[in-house]
This record gives sequence, C-alpha cells and structure tokens, in this order.
Amino acid sequence: MDVLLLSRLQFAAATMFHFLFVPLTLGLSVLVAYMETKYARTGDEIYLSMTKFWSKLFLINFALGVVTGITLEFQFGTNWSRYSAYVGDIFGSLLAIEATAAFFLESTLLGVWIFGWKKLSRKAHAAVMWLVALAGTVSAVWILIANGWMQHPVGYEIRNGRAELTDFFAVVFNPFAMLEFLHTVSAAYVLSAFFVMGISAYHLLKKQHVEFFTRSFRIALVFGLVFSIFVAVNGDMHGVHVTKVQPAKLAAMEAHWETATQAPLHLFAIPDEKNERNLIEIGSIPGLLSFLGHHDFDAEVKGLKDFPKEERPPVLLSLLAFRTMVGLGTLFPILMIIGWYLRNRLTESPVYLKTMLFAIPLPYIAIEMGWVLAEVGRQPWIVYGLMKTSDAVSPIATSQVLVSLIAFILVYGLLGATGFYLIAENAKKGPVH
Amino acid sequence: MALQTTWFLLWGLLWAVFFMTDGFDFGIGTLYPFLGKNNDEKRIMLNSMGPLWDGNEVWLITAGGVTFAAFPKVYSVMFSSLYSALMLILFALILRGVSLEFRGKVDNSGWRTLWDTCIFIGSFVPALLFGVAFANIFQGIPIDENGVYLGTLFTLLNPYGLLGGLLFLFLFLVHGALWLAIKTEGELHDRAVSAANSLWFLLLITAVVFLVTTKYKTALYDNYINNPILFLLPVLNVLALLGIKFYLTKKSYFKAWFASALTIVLCTFFGVVGLFPNLFPSSLNPEYSLSAYNASSSPLTLKIMLIVTVIFIPVVIAYQVWVIAYQVWTYNLFKGKVTKADLAYEEDAAY
Ligand code: HDD
Ligand code: HEM
Ligand code: HEM
Repeated sequence: MDVLLLSRLQFAAATMFHFLFVPLTLGLSVLVAYMETKYARTGDEIYLSMTKFWSKLFLINFALGVVTGITLEFQFGTNWSRYSAYVGDIFGSLLAIEATAAFFLESTLLGVWIFGWKKLSRKAHAAVMWLVALAGTVSAVWILIANGWMQHPVGYEIRNGRAELTDFFAVVFNPFAMLEFLHTVSAAYVLSAFFVMGISAYHLLKKQHVEFFTRSFRIALVFGLVFSIFVAVNGDMHGVHVTKVQPAKLAAMEAHWETATQAPLHLFAIPDEKNERNLIEIGSIPGLLSFLGHHDFDAEVKGLKDFPKEERPPVLLSLLAFRTMVGLGTLFPILMIIGWYLRNRLTESPVYLKTMLFAIPLPYIAIEMGWVLAEVGRQPWIVYGLMKTSDAVSPIATSQVLVSLIAFILVYGLLGATGFYLIAENAKKGPVH
Repeated sequence: MALQTTWFLLWGLLWAVFFMTDGFDFGIGTLYPFLGKNNDEKRIMLNSMGPLWDGNEVWLITAGGVTFAAFPKVYSVMFSSLYSALMLILFALILRGVSLEFRGKVDNSGWRTLWDTCIFIGSFVPALLFGVAFANIFQGIPIDENGVYLGTLFTLLNPYGLLGGLLFLFLFLVHGALWLAIKTEGELHDRAVSAANSLWFLLLITAVVFLVTTKYKTALYDNYINNPILFLLPVLNVLALLGIKFYLTKKSYFKAWFASALTIVLCTFFGVVGLFPNLFPSSLNPEYSLSAYNASSSPLTLKIMLIVTVIFIPVVIAYQVWVIAYQVWTYNLFKGKVTKADLAYEEDAAY
C-alpha cells in the first residue's frame, strides 16, 4: 500500500460518507421550510407539528453533514498537496467563496432558527428556514463549480509551473458545472422525497397519525414526482456533454472498445480489460449509444482502444455504477406515478406503502453510484487532461495516512451508525405534539 | 506587492477572528466537566454557546479556504507538514459537533456521560494543538526546498510548541469562563467568575514566560526591533490582558470578555506581524521559507478574492454581531441569560 492508494481510499471514504448526509440537508430543508410556511399562512397546528417532527430528523442529519464536510476541505492540503499547489490559484478561491458566501449564512441562521422559536414571529421564523435552504443550495453551486473545473478545466493558462486563472466567469459558468449542479440538486430532492414518503409509509402502515403522515406523504410526492422526472432528463443532457468533453469516461461506462458510427448500446456487459473486449454483451441495441451520446443514430463514438492504456478509467466499476444509477433512475418516476394514482387511498395500499418504506435506501445508492461514475470515470486524471492523480498526492509518510484512514473508518463508522440509529428511532417515535 | 501584503494581513486577521470566536466555545467545552455539577447546569452551559458555535467554526473553514485561495503553496505545505496534528484537530472537532447534537437525544445518563467526555476532548485538543501548531510556525518548521516536511508529529511537541499550546489553552479558558459569567446566573455564574479569576493568573504567567522564551527561540522580534513603532502591538496586548482583570474585578463581565477577545486577536497579530513576510518559515534554511511574495496566487485571483472578501466578510460580521449582540444585550431574540425555564420550553430544539 502506498500513499497514493491510501489517500485515494481515504478521500473516497470521506466524500462518499459526507454525501450520505448532504442530499437530505439540501432537500429536507426545502420541505421543512414549505411546511412551516403553510403553518405561518394558515395557523393550522398540524403543520407546526410537521415542521417540528421533520426538522428534528433534519438537524441530526445536518450535524453529521457539517462535521464530515470540514475534513474534506482540509484533505486537499493534507493529502493532495501537489494538487493544491498546482491548481490552488483557481480551485482554492472557489472553496473560499463557498465558505464566505454560503457556510456562514447556513450555520448562523440555522442557529437562529433552532433557538428562535419563541423570539421570532411565525413568518420571520419560516423565512429563516428558507434562507437556510438557500444557503445550502449556494454551497452546492460553488463546490460543484469546483468539481466541474476538475472534470472539465476552463478559463486558465499554465504559467509559473501551475494553472493560473485567466477568466473567472468562464470558470463560474462552466457548462459542466451547471449540469452537475442541476443533476445533483434534483437528485438530492428525489432522495428527500423518498425519505419523507418512506417514513410516512411506515406510520401509515401502522395506521397511526394518519392525517399527519398522509399530508407529509403528499407534499413529498409532488416534489418527488417532479424531480424524479427532471433528474432523468437532465442526466441525459449530462451524458451528451460527457461524450463531448470526456470521451474516455463515456467509452468506459458503456464498455465501448472500438470507435464506430451507429455505435450499439449494451443493456449489460462484462468487460475484459486485459484483452480489450467484452466477455458478455446482453441486449445490444444498434445505434443507441450514438443517439444517447450525440442525439444522432449515425454519429461516431470514440472507443477505449483510441486511448492509451494508461489513460483509461476502470471500465467495470464505471459501467456498473452507471447501470445502477440509470436503472434506479428509471424506477423512481414509476414509483412516483403509482403513488400519484394511489394518493387518495394510501392506507388501503399496504403493498405500495411497504415498497416505499423499503425504497428509502435506493436513492442513496443511486446518488453514491453517480459520484463513483463521475469520479472514478475521470481517472487517471485528477483534473481531466491536465494533471494525473498520481502526480497530485502529498509527499508524506505512508504510516500517517494509514493511521488516519483507519481512524476515518472507525470514527465515521461509529458516528454513521449512531446518527442513522437516532434518525430511525426518532422517525419511529412519530410526532410528539 | 501591495496586494500580497494586504492578503498577508487578511490571512492573519481571519485566523485571529477564528481564535476569538470559536475560542470561547473551546473554553466552555474544556471547563464543562468541571463547572457543570448537574444535567441542568450542563445544558445551560451548552446552550450558552448553542446558536453560535457552528457559525464560529466556519471562521476556521474560511481561514483554511483563504490560505488555499491566496497562498496555495502555503496551504499545501502547511497542511501536509502538519498532517497528524491537523487530523487530530479535525477528529476532535467532529466529536464536538456530533456530541452537542447527540447528547440530548437519548434520555440515559450513561449516554450523556459518553458525549460529555467527547465534548471535553473535542474542545481541549483543538485549543491545545492550535497553539502548538502556531508556536511551531513562529519557530520555523523543518521543510526542505521542495516543501517536504522532515519531521514527525513529535517534532512539533517540543517545549516551545507546548508552551504555545498552554498559552492558547489559557486564553480560551479565560474567554470561555467570561462568556459563562455573562450568560448564566446563580451558582454556575459564581463558579464561572472564580474560574475566570484563577485562570487569569495562570494566563498571565504563561504569557510572560512565552514572551521571554520567544526572544530566544524565534526571530519574531526582528521585525519589531527594525520598526520600533510596532512595539505598540505587544503593549496594547498587555493592556488588554490587564483589562480583563480590571473589568473582572469591577464585575463588568461583558467588558472583560471583550478585553479577552482583544487579547486573543492581538496575541495572534503579535506573532503574525513578527513573521512577516513569512507565512511558513523553514527552520533548515531561510531560503526555503514560504512568504507572502513567493507563495501567493496570481494577481487576478488575489484581486477577485479581495472583492469577494470585501463584500462578504463585513456582511458576515454584521449578522454574526447581530446575533451575538442580541445574545448579550437584549431579552428579545435570545434571552440574555440561559435559564432552566428556557430549557423546558425549547425541549425539542435546544441541546
Ligand atoms: C452538492 C452539494 C455538496 C457537495 C458535492 C459537497 N458538499 Fe460539503 N456541504 C454541502 C453540500 C455539498 C451542504 C449541503 O451545504 C452541507 C451539508 C450539511 C451542511 O451543513 O452543509 C455541507 C457541509 C460542508 C462543510 C461544513 C460547513 C459548515 O460547517 O457549516 C464543509 C467544510 C464542506 N461541506 C466542504 C466540502 C468539500 C471540500 C467538498 C468536496 C470535496 C464537499 N463539501 C462536497
Ligand atoms: C460529495 C460527493 C462526492 C463523492 C461521493 C465523490 C467521490 C469520489 C470518489 C469515489 C473518489 C475516488 C476515485 C478513485 O480514486 O478512483 C474521489 C476522488 C476525488 N474527488 Fe470526489 N467525490 C465527490 C465530490 C467531489 C468534489 C465536489 C470534489 C472537488 C471539489 C472532489 C474532488 C476529488 C478529489 C481531489 C479526488 C482525489 C483523486 C482520487 O482519489 O482519485 N470530489 N471522489
Ligand atoms: C435516469 C437517468 C439518469 C441519467 C441518464 C443520468 C446520467 C448521469 C451521468 C451521465 C452522470 C455522469 C456525469 C459525470 O461524469 O460527471 C451522472 C452523474 C450523477 N448522477 Fe445521474 N443520471 C440519471 C439518474 C440519476 C439518479 C436517479 C440519481 C440519484 C437520485 C443520480 C445521481 C447522480 C449523481 C449524484 C451524479 C454525480 C454528480 C454529477 O456528475 O452530476 N442520477 N448521471
């Protein structure tokens, strides 16, 4: 084990863990703000207890999101110091802007919200939650601009032995980052919808707090219906863009070896990376890959063989991640549409409710797989086409990274288990008011 | 040059503000097992920093982010050199953050004891280690011409480094005790005041020893000797330190807290000004040192970041001060004092 491998494992573990909590923060803040606004407008007490119940789960989740975020920011310096020195001129400013423009607002106002129940007017208190939700979204904008730059670097020039900024607005309006932002945030909304619907389903199955959870379920249903369709449409646009700017990633996620026009899409394939071919190809549809990549059945799609061996991403992992995400992405709108038909007789639909309860982990899986695809598919580059991951790692002792990696796994494992246990316990308890 | 110098000062300022704000949270967290005698008192202590600690911690993220943005070379060498120390700090901060959230979620005394211990560790460790790290920076770090660190975690735990750690610890303890004095009443208040008094003497002694040792262990005084006007800074620093005791004796706790905040900022600046123009000096060869001039970002990035900072930092300060001011002075948004009645009302939200 060397520093590079350990650092990669550590970064992957830390980001993927952070992203177990981020999506729910992004989506549930919006739903809670909506519920509280309903209360402020109508004065209906049920919306107050909805706000209190869902925000309790939100707060536990939020705390875990915050503490796992801090380690990420510092890992660029601790583990990827060569990277930081090489691209800090651009990348560092994006992280700094995120902190000043978003994190302060988010954390300060959340403090005001938690401790301001009897001191602020109803409307002001609800407005504070909207601002918290807004700040979370702004933080996503900036971090995804940062990530978008690593995926598709723009607005820079190599000078003084590093990448220096030449066009700030090109970096900010990087189309890759915009697509990532829309896709990630809508995915987060889908996850939050499933979370609320799944927990509501649990109580509706037990026929307790029926009014409370039917309303919660329906609010989340509308949200989930809209965004589960949006995320798929937007994902398709994302795919077209990836084909254009990261052809190696597209070829890997489709296990597409030979450059070809009318390239086929395999519903499933098992690649044999050593011999540069696929062992099994199931359900191949001619021309469909060309169509998905370029929206043209006859377009040429570059194959993996066109890239030097050492510049190809891991094929199997990219392929599986993509298949899993898209498979789930197809399932989600279907579940939402069924829910829409059953929305007025939920308690008489136990099979559907049970399905929704057990569906809670699915969007988590889809989201993590999306990131695996985006990040693993970018390898061996840390900044696509500009810097290799192996040149980015810090010149530090292996033992240090080994110890910190073990600490991450232990501490995060325990905290994650405790956090999800507390969320589950409080969810099962139901509203107390 | 001017741009780089401005950024050097802003860099120092952001770290100083972080120590000033999160400092009292670290202090409260460290005093917590000793001053809180029962669960109500403990909750009062936690809620006294409840709405603030997370916002305070963001100053750390910003200080780190600004180091990254304005001095990427420093960010990369500093954080990779201090790898193990920084990881310890980060894990401590993780423990503190989750403990506050988890502690009250299960009604069981063993559960609470577990998270109480974590709150203590999560506050004590960063208080000490930030001091160790900065004292070592004042002293110089063994980095070679490629910015590769030639020591281990234990290299940092030298006597001067540990002295710096103690100095920070006492600064934060006094700061935290004063905050509690402002925010609590009754016995807890009395205990906080007497803790502030005794800790102040320890702080005074440590500060004097630190200032003298600094003369022999670092080159910080060179800048002062070359520009004697700068001695104003340590003089003000001493005045602020004495001011704490003065106001403490007069029972003006808010003024005492303010003097302590000033002491922390001036202490940080005493070091930062002494370092100038270095941000991360090498103890092996001065030529390997990273300075505001050889480690900064491009002028374009520095300019853009300056615009961002000039717009956002005052806004942030405005709303944070607004929250703190309400905390202290009014009985409107957050009651001045945290009392048992508050705890009962906010059962489902507060810590
Ligand atoms: C799409 C959104 C997104 C993504 C890709 C990331 N984060 Fe994150 N982050 C958030 C969205 C977010 C958030 C929703 O804004 C959080 C989650 C919980 C919270 O408090 O804010 C947050 C918290 C959070 C915090 C703590 C803020 C605080 O104390 O209030 C830090 C320092 C980071 N993040 C840093 C990072 C870094 C360095 C990332 C990349 C490697 C990263 N995040 C990926
Ligand atoms: C939160 C969502 C994210 C997840 C789940 C995620 C996941 C991953 C994974 C799995 C890897 C390891 C890939 C490999 O080594 O094969 C990785 C690497 C990396 N990612 Fe991300 N990522 C996320 C967001 C980001 C963002 C927003 C950035 C930048 C701002 C980023 C920067 C990096 C860096 C620097 C590496 C290290 C290079 C490497 O390990 O290969 N990631 N990420
Ligand atoms: C159903 C159709 C979907 C398509 C066609 C699609 C397409 C894509 C593509 C092409 C990428 C890679 C972008 C890159 O390489 O940077 C991606 C990434 C991602 N996907 Fe999807 N996706 C779909 C559904 C979903 C769903 C349902 C979720 C989660 C609920 C999801 C979450 C993510 C995430 C978090 C990323 C990484 C961030 C990003 O690059 O935007 N996707 N998706």
